[in-house]
Amino acid sequence: MAAKKPAKKAAAKTPAAKRTVRKATPQVPLVDYLRLGERPYLSANECTNCGARFFDRRNACANCGKRDFKKARVRNGARLKAFTIVHRAAPGIPAPYVSAIVETDDGTTVRSNVVNCEPTPEAVNLGMKLKLTTYPIGKDDEGTEAVAFGYEPV
Amino acid sequence: MAVKNATRKAPAKAAAKKSPARAKTAASKIDDDSVWLIGTDMTAFGRYPDKDAVDLASSVSMNALDDAGVTIHDMDVIGAGTLFQASTGMGQRVQKQIGQTGIPVFNVANACATGATALRTVYLSIKAGEADMGLAFGVEQMGKMGMLTGATKKESNVYEPDGRYGAVTGVDGYLGTEGMPGVFAQAGMEYANDYDGVGFEQFAKVAYKNHLHSTLNPLAQYRKEFSMEEIMGAPTMSYPNTLLMCCPTGDGAAAAVLVSGSRLKSMPKKVQKRAVKISASVLTSDPYTESAQVQPDVNTLTRNAATQAYETAGVDPKDLDLVELHDCFATAELIHYDNLGLCEKGGAGEFIDSGAPFRDGSTPVNVSGGLISKGHPIGATGVANIYEVATHLRGEAGDRQIKGAKVGLAHVIGLGSACGIHVLEKSGL
Repeated sequence: MAAKKPAKKAAAKTPAAKRTVRKATPQVPLVDYLRLGERPYLSANECTNCGARFFDRRNACANCGKRDFKKARVRNGARLKAFTIVHRAAPGIPAPYVSAIVETDDGTTVRSNVVNCEPTPEAVNLGMKLKLTTYPIGKDDEGTEAVAFGYEPV
Repeated sequence: MAVKNATRKAPAKAAAKKSPARAKTAASKIDDDSVWLIGTDMTAFGRYPDKDAVDLASSVSMNALDDAGVTIHDMDVIGAGTLFQASTGMGQRVQKQIGQTGIPVFNVANACATGATALRTVYLSIKAGEADMGLAFGVEQMGKMGMLTGATKKESNVYEPDGRYGAVTGVDGYLGTEGMPGVFAQAGMEYANDYDGVGFEQFAKVAYKNHLHSTLNPLAQYRKEFSMEEIMGAPTMSYPNTLLMCCPTGDGAAAAVLVSGSRLKSMPKKVQKRAVKISASVLTSDPYTESAQVQPDVNTLTRNAATQAYETAGVDPKDLDLVELHDCFATAELIHYDNLGLCEKGGAGEFIDSGAPFRDGSTPVNVSGGLISKGHPIGATGVANIYEVATHLRGEAGDRQIKGAKVGLAHVIGLGSACGIHVLEKSGL
């Protein structure tokens, strides 16, 4: 997980400091299974018995009922399995946008948005190749930036 | 009426003995451990700003009892379904209006399968031998509550990871959609991805059919025919679902009185004649599937429920004279053709294109207008579907009657997920 709020107090003191801070805006992933850094990726909880993958906090495996998990790095390449173009969106969400179910190259299903792509039925094609990307979605009162992930056409 | 029926309740077996000659023809066809529907009613779906859910549920309950020729004093159990008022003791609140007889009440909530679950609770009580007769109702008062979506998270001023995904704010709209029109759009598009011949036009055709069907149903919330152009040109909610391909919110209630075969044997001939056999009552939840970890899988549990239902009832999908299935969105209906085995695997697009699910087709689907046009007051839906099928089997569906209907299926699915399927058969008594 990215460093959450470093150097914030040191910030605003001098113009020079401000500039460096702007460069290193503290970031936090929108969800904890998104790992930020040089090359962002998704981290799943993988059942050590049956290999089922989950993105949420687990009590046990929904498939086999066993209780041991390891962290698995999900491949960033993916394929579009299903989508919808949402015109009537939740409050505060810019619409239209492309909601998607993708299957990663290692066979994990992920729910996300298709980004950097026109939100029209003509531009979005079932089966199209995609890759993981990240983008900021907003800042909190302390200046921390939340970063979401999406999938963009390759 | 109540007094008269209080005496009727007691000697079930004695009554059967009294008229052995008359009972022989009809009663010999009734298995003791079978379960039958003998009374049912529903409100027209729509908006009832001057009534509350207790009014709606009381009304259909009293009418269903009257329809069966029995009273609340004959009931051994109540199954009460409502989703948005699940914690209010709906069953008991209705009892306080129509008769507090001290019988057990099961208040159930099971997403959009709430009504079917309430009815199945009564079915199970009868099967278990704990009840001879019971009342099931489903009710919902939604008003104009707008589009249903995931829980919107309160915007915090400082990001802190929260919940099972460690989310710092609501994810709806960032990590895909949690809105119902979109979730079901994706389910349909996944089918379109897997099979040929399925696209916007096939989905729109489903809505065309259901709006058309609803023009014959006086109980439907909307009764207007729309052209394909109007449906495809309506405002997009979540592509490919336009506004006219989505069910409305609304108010309504439906009820049914169920009875054991052993008790039915001793009931009047006219009750037996109108009785509808519940040949299968099935409830499933979603088994583990890989993709369902991020988006509800509405297919597997429906397929599982259908397999069980056909096997239990000894009925083949081809035997069905009508089907009421869960068309919360046009995209949903199309994939359930396949899930319920109404068409060949992968053949749902061809099925709608061929006209098969239209009321004059080989397997009429949602002749009530479906959720899309009849309406979807959530808790009521799973009982209302059974009302619809039973009414056709009794030959009492008026203008929309499917002639000679003998076998029908009612299906509902609630996200989360729960699937209820009931197979009903004309009594033939």
